[in-house]
Amino acid sequence: MTYIAKPKFHHPGLKKNELGYTHRDYEGKISTLCAGCGHDSITASIIEACYELSIEPHRVAKISGIGCSSKTPDYFLGNSHGFNSVHGRMPSVLTGANLANRDLIYLGVSGDGDSASIGFGQFAHSIRRAVNMTYIVENNGVYGLTKGQFSATADRGSKSKKGVTNTDNAIDLVAIALQLGATFVARSFSGDKTQLVPLIAAAIRHKGASFIDVISPCIAFNNHAGSTKSFDYVREHNDAVNRLDVLVGRDPIAVDYAPGTVQMVEQHDGSKIALRKIDADYDPHDRLGAQTFLQKHAAKGQIVTGLLYVDPDAEDLHEHLNTVETPLNTLEADTLCPGSAVLDKFNASLR
Amino acid sequence: MPDKKPISSVNDFVVRFANVNGSGSASANEMFARAILRHGVPVSPRNIFPSNIQGLPTWYEVRVTEAGHLGARGGVDMMVAMNPQTWDKDVAGIEPGGYLFYDSTKPMPSTKFRDDITVIGVPLTAITNSTYTDPRQRQLFKNIIYLGSLSALLDMDPKLIEQLIGEQYKGKEKLLSSNVHALHLGRDWALQNLKCPTGLRVKKSDKVGDRIFIEGNSAAALGAVYGGATVCAWYPITPSSSVAEAFTAHCKKYRHDPATGKAKYAIVQGEDELASIGIVIGASWNGARAFTATSGPGISLMTEFIGLSYFAEIPAVIMNIQRAGPSTGMPTRTQQCDIIACAYASHGDTKHVLLFPEDPAEAFEFAAAAFDLAERLQTTIFLMLDLDIGMNHRLCRPLKWDDAKQYDRGKVMTAEMLDEGRDFGRYLDVDGDGIPYRTYPGTHPTKGSYFTRGTSRDRYARYSEEGTVYADNMQRLVRKFETAQDLVPRPLQANAERPTKYGVIYFGSTTPAMDEAIGLLEARGHQLDRLRIRAFPFHSSVASFLAEHDFVYVVEQNRDSQLRQLIVNENGIDPVRLVPIVHYDGSPITARFIAKAIGDHQDHLKVTPLRKAMS
Repeated sequence: MTYIAKPKFHHPGLKKNELGYTHRDYEGKISTLCAGCGHDSITASIIEACYELSIEPHRVAKISGIGCSSKTPDYFLGNSHGFNSVHGRMPSVLTGANLANRDLIYLGVSGDGDSASIGFGQFAHSIRRAVNMTYIVENNGVYGLTKGQFSATADRGSKSKKGVTNTDNAIDLVAIALQLGATFVARSFSGDKTQLVPLIAAAIRHKGASFIDVISPCIAFNNHAGSTKSFDYVREHNDAVNRLDVLVGRDPIAVDYAPGTVQMVEQHDGSKIALRKIDADYDPHDRLGAQTFLQKHAAKGQIVTGLLYVDPDAEDLHEHLNTVETPLNTLEADTLCPGSAVLDKFNASLR
Repeated sequence: MPDKKPISSVNDFVVRFANVNGSGSASANEMFARAILRHGVPVSPRNIFPSNIQGLPTWYEVRVTEAGHLGARGGVDMMVAMNPQTWDKDVAGIEPGGYLFYDSTKPMPSTKFRDDITVIGVPLTAITNSTYTDPRQRQLFKNIIYLGSLSALLDMDPKLIEQLIGEQYKGKEKLLSSNVHALHLGRDWALQNLKCPTGLRVKKSDKVGDRIFIEGNSAAALGAVYGGATVCAWYPITPSSSVAEAFTAHCKKYRHDPATGKAKYAIVQGEDELASIGIVIGASWNGARAFTATSGPGISLMTEFIGLSYFAEIPAVIMNIQRAGPSTGMPTRTQQCDIIACAYASHGDTKHVLLFPEDPAEAFEFAAAAFDLAERLQTTIFLMLDLDIGMNHRLCRPLKWDDAKQYDRGKVMTAEMLDEGRDFGRYLDVDGDGIPYRTYPGTHPTKGSYFTRGTSRDRYARYSEEGTVYADNMQRLVRKFETAQDLVPRPLQANAERPTKYGVIYFGSTTPAMDEAIGLLEARGHQLDRLRIRAFPFHSSVASFLAEHDFVYVVEQNRDSQLRQLIVNENGIDPVRLVPIVHYDGSPITARFIAKAIGDHQDHLKVTPLRKAMS
């Protein structure tokens, strides 16, 4: 239905957020993905999270690689600059963009082919470098645009639509992100908006490398029996450790959670995450524990979802590089160029 | 006595040091070169080193040249043979009548020498062993001791060397005095035991002037500082690593906020060249001036991103310090072999701007200019250096900067312009020069945003696979490249004294050898007009130069005469009129080579003038 232009008018009574923007102000073009695609649900969650956080839409830079998932930045935040870059290279482009202007919000959207295969190195190194970003992988275990080849996140033993069994081991991006030092690590499911929206919101508010792996079934090529990334499979094997709410400038008491099951996490920017714990023993501040928990459940065939790890006091690349507060892209010759007097001295030192 | 008259020359000879990599000889050898400069005599030194850290042979060659010929000369007048591994080859390489300086501690059989050279033995090991006990000290001071002996043999003023030692070890009194001591150990031994000076002598002169002595990579890096680069992403690769390292050092000195101590730059050592260029593209897309430095293999890896920069029109500056290819090739040897690879980098129809500096001073200027060009043209600009310019100290004019200069940030539409109601089409050619306006991310709440992509799109950045829309955009990119012709540095022409039908085209590090070769050719009676190309796309004066001459030699340092190919291809001219003169063994091209190749061709032409033979 992509030939139908999206109408611009909307209901005058549409709810507005703190900045006076409606939900529609966070939308983009009409999706060209298959009807029912999990990625479109993630798009909807991103829109919802940005609306909820009252982010100025144009202050977000959306950067992606190549693939179905990487097309989605065109479908949300229509007033933001987007960059559909090179296959597997979103992380480096985002890193550069972030270095140029530390004041924008950086949303990296990628897929499992983009991040676990061709761009596995860039995924790893952007996490290592603690780039302040929200890195979302829309993970369907399959190459959609090229019609159904296995990706590197496809589980060993899972079956393709054509009936081929995958014999390669799967890469678990969440486990890798934890190992590489991401300071916000979560997994969710595209069909679980209640869990996903606050996770995205919390990731955006987090300073440092936030990583969310979102299982997002491909209804065209990976939603059949034998797939471990189908709607039915994920629903049956989903094991949520927690549910959360992000509180920005709101009184946490207003949230209706039974005391004792809610853990409050205050992030660096003052926003609070209310974690409604499902697994009572789960501690989201324990990186090592998170890794063990993840592996144990993976061995049992369970897909752990929720906020798996967060370090609320994380530092980012700009802090590591000790860069000035002013965005580098605004500096001009008067502050960047040492001038001719300095050059004369430099020349004199070379004689 | 040698059976050939010893070479006698003042301020015009070549000394070559044969050393073992990692033995600490580099700083002593460099001090030797600097000491001659302090005599007011120009030198042109070159490092000839292996792709190795310790143990393999390395050479340092110093051309002493009162006439100021800064290209490599070829041949060796004095060999300082400190490496037994390369002894035979080193001894064989000395010019007849030349000199061999060696460590005579252990006696050598006479068969190891030559009859037509002067052999000078100094018991360096014996002197060091009797003075020092620490093995590392023995090794390091041995280098200073031979420097001392050479100062006597070449009639150098020891005060000038002491001055250099003083500058190098300023504040480190102990090191300073022990180095001066070692210098005199070697000098005194030579004065007492040898005939000093030899036929090769350094005499004070005034030919250095206000020139500076700097490596091209350091100058290019400083050009990036002056040109306003704030983001540098790189991956180590010889011979380009010292660009990023020099940029880091310059930034530490010149780019920290004095009040807060914070950095007005960001340098990232990427995980590979793909990430490096990706970071550059991301930063430039977001309005910062960004660059990377690399060499041939890095260029190969970056080509996908270079195509994106061309097609999505994102500024980028790539400094390519060329080395001998293909593949890993000869990583520590020089060539100008990436001309075609850079001019047409990436799949599909692409063309890129190349700048060809001749020396460090121009590397500084062009590096700074590259950022203006990249933002003006919204595309990749290649700064094409090579190992010969990049990693050797070269005497060149002082670096200059005009304080009135503002950066040309190109066509950037601001929030104010958008509010005025200006029509923003990211790929809309509003001025007829093929260059569209861009907006930085985050400019305006409701206007000016667009989706950047490597896929085809219309003038308003909307995805389109319409043939006419695609072709329209590709044509505009051609117009933009034509605009570039008048923005890049123009070729420099120097005509022969008498009118001539013959011309020569050359570029980059070939320049000093070419300038010298002209003199040699004139002496042989050959007159040539010269055109030094400084950029691609070629200015219209290149076509005029070709039209004005019957034959034009194209001198370059690669096998396939790549610049000639580019000229033929871009100007659509008859290739027969462009004679390739190529040098590609990894050593820097010499005036002797050029003069012989062109001279022989010219002599041949005179025997059977082609036009007469045809008519």
